[in-house]
Order: sequence, then structure tokens, then C-alpha cells
Amino acid sequence: MGFEKFGRKSFTAVTKTAKFVDLLAEGKVEGTVCKDCGAKFFPPRADCAKCFSKNMDWFEMPKKGKLETFTTAYYAPFGFEGDPPYTMGVVDFGDGLKLFARIAKDIKPEDVKVGMDVTIRPLKYDDDQLSFEISKV
Amino acid sequence: MKDVAVIGVGQSSFVRGYEGSIRELAFEAFREAMQDAGITQKGVDASIFCSAPEYDKQRSPAGVLAEYLGLNPQPTFYVESVCSSSSTGVKVGYSMIKSGLHDVVVVLGFQKMSEITSAESQERMGRGADIQWEAPFGTMMPAYYALYAQAYMAKHDLTHDDLMSVRLKASTYGVINERAVYRKPIKPEDFKQGDPEAKMAGPVAWPLRVGDCCANADGSSCIILANAKKAKAFSKKPVWILGIGAASEAVNMAARPDFTKGLSVGYAAAAQAYKMAGITPKDVKVAEVHDCFTIAEIMAYEGLGFAPMGEGKQLIREKTTYKDGKIPVNVDGGLLSKGHPIGATGGSQIRTITLQLRGEAGPMQVAGEPDIGLVHNIGGVGLYGNVTIFGR
Repeated sequence: MGFEKFGRKSFTAVTKTAKFVDLLAEGKVEGTVCKDCGAKFFPPRADCAKCFSKNMDWFEMPKKGKLETFTTAYYAPFGFEGDPPYTMGVVDFGDGLKLFARIAKDIKPEDVKVGMDVTIRPLKYDDDQLSFEISKV
Repeated sequence: MKDVAVIGVGQSSFVRGYEGSIRELAFEAFREAMQDAGITQKGVDASIFCSAPEYDKQRSPAGVLAEYLGLNPQPTFYVESVCSSSSTGVKVGYSMIKSGLHDVVVVLGFQKMSEITSAESQERMGRGADIQWEAPFGTMMPAYYALYAQAYMAKHDLTHDDLMSVRLKASTYGVINERAVYRKPIKPEDFKQGDPEAKMAGPVAWPLRVGDCCANADGSSCIILANAKKAKAFSKKPVWILGIGAASEAVNMAARPDFTKGLSVGYAAAAQAYKMAGITPKDVKVAEVHDCFTIAEIMAYEGLGFAPMGEGKQLIREKTTYKDGKIPVNVDGGLLSKGHPIGATGGSQIRTITLQLRGEAGPMQVAGEPDIGLVHNIGGVGLYGNVTIFGR
């Protein structure tokens, strides 16, 4: 599957990490891990910045993390006009792994708090675009 | 170290909807800087043009602008680090002069943002971050800075009233800056939540409100740099570059170390600049910081060492950064009042500090004949950091 299927709207069609989208379709949110030195990356990378290897494998992201910060957007950029308000945040899983995504609509904006326990899950939009979101544990 | 000096400064008025093309906009700042320096194009050895791409349609703008400014056949090229492009241009110009390659270099920053809509502009700014992994979520600059604001406010007891106080300070000086886009006075009532008449109160990317954000604008700035020999020959009041610091940070929010600590590039660039200049934060008499959002000014106070981490709020609560305070910051109204024509902003900040050190800042002049001034100019969401220190 091409990377243009990623997210609400993708700006990239071709990447060596396009398998990320296939994994989303299988219900998995995965990062990459270097087969040579073991370094883990999210978002996924095709090249290891630590040891210069290109032997990368996929690994499933942890299920439990803490919401490090968030914001609710009341305006949107061109191409996202129908979406506001939407909340986006950063999840910290520990061990240097973090993730940026939108927060699921099933968490009320007033219930979103810095430091709360959260998980992540794949998401399919009505137009078949594939993404992932931050949700309740 | 007095090797490279600013010998001429210029700036167009920052406006919404400039009635002219980018070459005409660029000429406004260029004319003023050349007249200020008292030189002609024959005295210029090279030119550097600075902007963020895709706001206007011109590709490779250095070519067309060098022609319009009369700077052929000297070498010219383009430098980009989004909102800090013209500070980066000054760093490049400094390096060319210091290396002995050129004697006099023109650094011209410009941006005409009004050719596209505000939503299109947000999309381009979002694409100044990671288009592969973040822009697909609908990111934009206010949302990115709001991520920092949210975490910082939760940890350091910074309040919405503190953020408002930053905007009220900016407004105090925007009113007296004829080149600023936003010159109307702003009052606390303008931030009253739930009042439809309160034009600064509406949420943009919570916790940031309309009044916490700077406005898009069209504008240009021009800084003319010269080596010591030429500076002494041409200029009665050369302003010397004493220190330069620059740093970069991961573009991805997922790779940022700690949102409660502000922008890492602000700290890193400041440390380099202070070391090179051989001064400490206490020596700075007047500063321009990158207040694209109110939260950014508070974080800048800390990155620059004007306040300890988490205590930036005290400077605005105690009015320490007002014109008659201990360390005046953004007494030209800052980005919040002047507007933020991306590529022109750094040069505008440098112009302000140059005028302050020459004692020519008019109603914005800081008392006590300031001898050292500092410019803090950030690109993207702390993606690029630039701190430049100037002295008489």
C-alpha cells in the first residue's frame, strides 16, 4: 500500500517505511528496530542513525504510556477544515519512545490531562485513510 | 572581538496586504539600509536573500531580487531557516566577511504572506515541520507551541493572565512603533473568556488564544555588514557583532526531550553566543526575543538566562522586561505587535537592537545608553535557534 493512505491527509507518497500503513491495516502500530545495534525508532526510520545500518525490522509499540502534553485545535490548516475542534498530544512510553497523534473523540476535551495513562490504537477514516490515535486505557 | 559590524539597517513597514510585488517590498528595506550606510551598490561585494519558500511564486528569489536591487554581477544566494532565515543570513554573511572572502555583504529578509489565505498559510507552516509523520494529523504552528504551553503551564504555575501580560507589554510598544502592523492598544478586557466582544479571548489552539498569537504580515528587512576597515571608514556608529550562537533540534515532537523545559535551541544558541562574546546575561542591556506566541517569550527569558527555568513569569509579573525595567525586552512591540513576515523578522530584530545601541530608537529608546544588545530568533517550533549579541 502506498504511503498516501497515511493520516487524515498524506503529503508523502513514497517512503521505504510505507509498510507502516500495511501494518495499520492489520491493526498494528509499529516502529522500527535496528537489527544490528538494537536501536528503536518511532516514527519509523529506514536507516539507523546510531550505527548507519539499513537492516531494520518492525516492532509493535508499547500499549501503555503517559500523556506528556496536548492541545485542542479550533482552527485547521488548508485541507483539514472539516475537522476542528480536534485534540493532539504526545505520549511518552519510557525508554526514549514517544509518539505524536490525535486524541480519540471518546475522551472529552475537559477530561484530557497532562500525565494521564493512555494507550494507542489504529484508526480507519470514512474515506479509508489509515491512521492511529491516542485513546483511553 | 570587533571584526564584523552592522553599518546599515532598513525595514519596510510591516503590513497586511502589501501593495507591490516581492521585489518592490525588498527594495523598501534595501533603500533605507543603503542610505543609512551611505554606500552605493558598487560598495557591496555579495548579497544574501532570506525567506521561507512557497508564500509567493518566485523560485530562486535571490536572482530576481539581486537584479532589482542593482546588485549584479556580485555573487548572490538564498538562505532559509523559516522564521529565523535572516538571522541565519547574518551568520553566513559574518562568516564570509570574517573569512576574508568579502568586505561588505547585504543580508535581505523578506516575506509577502498575503498572497495566500490564512488557512493556506497554516498548512505551509505545518509543512515546515515533519510532513511525513506529523502534518497528516493537521498540525499548525499555534498547535505546536500550545503543546509547549500546556506542559509548561501545568508544571510551572504559569497562568493565562501571565500570557496576557506578555501581550499587553507588546501592545504598549506596538502603539508607538510606526512600522508595526498591530498598533491598537489592547486591554485586559479584550481577553475576557466567554465575552463575544473580547477579540483576544477566542481559542486558537488551546491553551493559546487569539491574543497569544502573532499575526502574518508582509515585510522586508535589510542588514548591511562590513569588515572592520570598511566599517570604520563608512560608519560613525558601527555596531559590532560580538557573539553568534546557533543550534538545531529534532523536528518531530516525538523526539523532543521535555516540554516543560522550553526550547533546547534557545539555551544552546545563547550559551554559544555568550561564550563567544565573553559576557553573561547580566551584561545585556536590551533584547529582542522571538515572541511568535506569548509562551515563547516566557521560554526565551529562561533560555537566555534572564530568569531561572520555570521563573520567567516573574519578569512579566514584575515588569522587569518593560522599557524602564532591568532588562527591556521587545520594546519595539515584538512579533506580537509588529507582525511576523517570516523571512524579514530576524533582520527587523537586528535593526531594532542596532538603533538602540546607536541611541536612535526614538520613542522606543531604552535609557542609559545601552552598550550591549541581544537578538533571539527561533525558526519553526524550536527547530532552529539563533542568538546574536551586538555591542558598540
